[in-house]
Amino acid sequence: MFEMEELMTGTDAVAHAVRLVDVDVFAAYPIRPYTGVMDRLARFVANGQLDAEYIIADGEHSQFEIGKHASSVGARAFVGSSGTGWLYAMEAIGVTATDRLPVVALVGNRALDDPGAFGVEHNDALLVRDLGWLIAWASTAQEALDNTLIAYRVGEDPRVRMPVAIAMDGGYLTHSEHLVKVPSKEAVKKFLPPYSLGDRVLHPDNPISIAPQANEDWVMEIRRQNYEAAKRSRGVIIDAYREYESVLGIHYDNPFIEELDVEDADVVLIGMGSASVVARSVVREMRNEGKRVGYLKLRWYRPFPSEEIRKSLKNVRSVGILDRNFAMGAPDNQAITSHDIKSSLYESTNHPIVTDFIAGLGGREISRKEIRKMFNLMESGRTEKVYWIGVRE
Amino acid sequence: MTEQRARNDDEFKDAGLYKGVHSVDLEEFYTSGHRTCQGCESALVMRGFAKVAGSRTVVTGATGCMYVANTSYMTTPWIVPWMHTQLAAGGASAVGMAAGIKALQRKGKIPKEKINVINFSGDLGAGDEGLGGISGALQTPYDLLIVIYDNESAANTDIQASGLTTWGAQTTFTPSGSKERIMQKRWKKNIAAMMAIGHPNVKYVATACATFPATDYLNKVKKALAAGGPTLLHTIDPCPKGWDYHPRYSNILGELAVKTGIFADYEIINGRVKYTYDLRKRERLPVKKYLEKQGRFSHFAEEDYDYVQSMVDEMWEEWELPGILPIKGGLSVERE
Repeated sequence: MFEMEELMTGTDAVAHAVRLVDVDVFAAYPIRPYTGVMDRLARFVANGQLDAEYIIADGEHSQFEIGKHASSVGARAFVGSSGTGWLYAMEAIGVTATDRLPVVALVGNRALDDPGAFGVEHNDALLVRDLGWLIAWASTAQEALDNTLIAYRVGEDPRVRMPVAIAMDGGYLTHSEHLVKVPSKEAVKKFLPPYSLGDRVLHPDNPISIAPQANEDWVMEIRRQNYEAAKRSRGVIIDAYREYESVLGIHYDNPFIEELDVEDADVVLIGMGSASVVARSVVREMRNEGKRVGYLKLRWYRPFPSEEIRKSLKNVRSVGILDRNFAMGAPDNQAITSHDIKSSLYESTNHPIVTDFIAGLGGREISRKEIRKMFNLMESGRTEKVYWIGVRE
Repeated sequence: MTEQRARNDDEFKDAGLYKGVHSVDLEEFYTSGHRTCQGCESALVMRGFAKVAGSRTVVTGATGCMYVANTSYMTTPWIVPWMHTQLAAGGASAVGMAAGIKALQRKGKIPKEKINVINFSGDLGAGDEGLGGISGALQTPYDLLIVIYDNESAANTDIQASGLTTWGAQTTFTPSGSKERIMQKRWKKNIAAMMAIGHPNVKYVATACATFPATDYLNKVKKALAAGGPTLLHTIDPCPKGWDYHPRYSNILGELAVKTGIFADYEIINGRVKYTYDLRKRERLPVKKYLEKQGRFSHFAEEDYDYVQSMVDEMWEEWELPGILPIKGGLSVERE
């Protein structure tokens, strides 16, 4: 079932997943920190481990357009970028979604210049949260590999047909090594059906026109179809995890979220990405001290797990949100994930206090001490709605 | 010269070149449904390459008038499979399709056959925003054709100047005013030659006019599709709406663009130049004959005609490769 288990970086884990899905076309353009995935894929091609067309693009815009158009002729495609490179591709990212082409892209989260920082911030991936991309967030290399395999299955499902972004913290996950179990090709083949666009494929045997000009006469219906697909993606994701477990024996309690000691907690911190590893360790430590704390990790950001969050937090008194992003001038001056979480909680019977913790920007480390500080602020009753943690005042 | 010409023609002896208008295929792959203007030469460019390429073809069209006017939802004129691509994505769209088809054929996922991959991009898309992407496409090993249809403005957006607009032309971005008679002060980019010179691996680059000389454009499409690897065609498309003239004069203006030398008509086949209309040997008509028939130059003073004429003279009399390579007088070497 597995071909190996070894130490590898987060980007290498994704590269193995891309090799295993037998991707047909991938396009590369260098930018730290996602780029390791392309370095590894290039070596797979050079060594005959992957049979794919490999294109070094002239920029991220072309890179993502190449992925989109390869996908349109029925080829399984992979692209990726980070930070400002991701933004440079933004036009192509938008139409990949509206063309409903299931390209999978790695976004190695990186700060948006200026100043030219290459540390992690989540703004890059979060910028596409409303464009019609599904977004999965990894906190370990194993999860990155699993997310990628599942992404192809979910995105390519005829009920969905949406592109999927695999988000991963730059540096902390792209470049750190974890023990990863790499499935065998046969197992992946069993899990992932061949990519087929059916009667929407661009081929001389199927002479269709894709994305002809339409305005107020048809665009609203087209958007509605996309909206329904995004809604359907929830069920398809649940099926995919079930199938993933039955083929590979890899179990996730819940596809969308990961709870640690949330059930009987008074205060819960919510976050995503590599800081989850630190936060979980702090929760275990504080539990040993008798504190009723918990941690809730988001694995999928789109579709957003509102139901799971409401259910998970139904008895919680105070919620903290670890926001590794900024939202200048946003409601209550809180950052991005706060808004999605608070909006989900509005429909809940329980309305915990929500405190936003902005931390770890530009790749700054989020320490155990700081996570502890967040829990302490929540427990003692916060005086502010937003705290910047670990910033020089 | 004769020997070279024979060699060039020999290279395409299997391409089935048309010998006169009566030998042109009747079947169309770009038909009714489009909403282009009367006298639209860009529509003839579309019709021509689709006719030549035939049914085993996939096409992308970059945003531009040939997208907006061509493909209203549910009235598509394309008989061949067609997809929209973004303004700057002409080159990348062709690469993506060609790479995808190649991988799928090699892996046995679709039957092996020759499928023509064609992108058309207008002067705004190809000449400005999409320049880098087309350059990237020309560096790939894929069989693909980029057609730059050039009507010298953003013709469905309001007639704004592009990097390929003729010097002095009035557009909505470059209106003639009481203080500034000439607002369009940029010289037209020499795009086909730029691409040929910058990408020495490319086997076929040509310029063309859809209607003059007859069948020439169609045969250039045939050659581009037969040459192998990435290829490029740049057409000059008179535009009644943007250039401000009666639609019945489109073909005359195309012919004059070539005969006055303001648009050099040539092929570069494996690095060898072949003039389609060789103005080194033929009489070159005064450029005023071309300019004065268009409303977009109605504000021209005599000195403006003279200036454009002087630039065209320079193209044909001083450039190292007339109309193509703007290097003058060869090497400049300091002698000891």
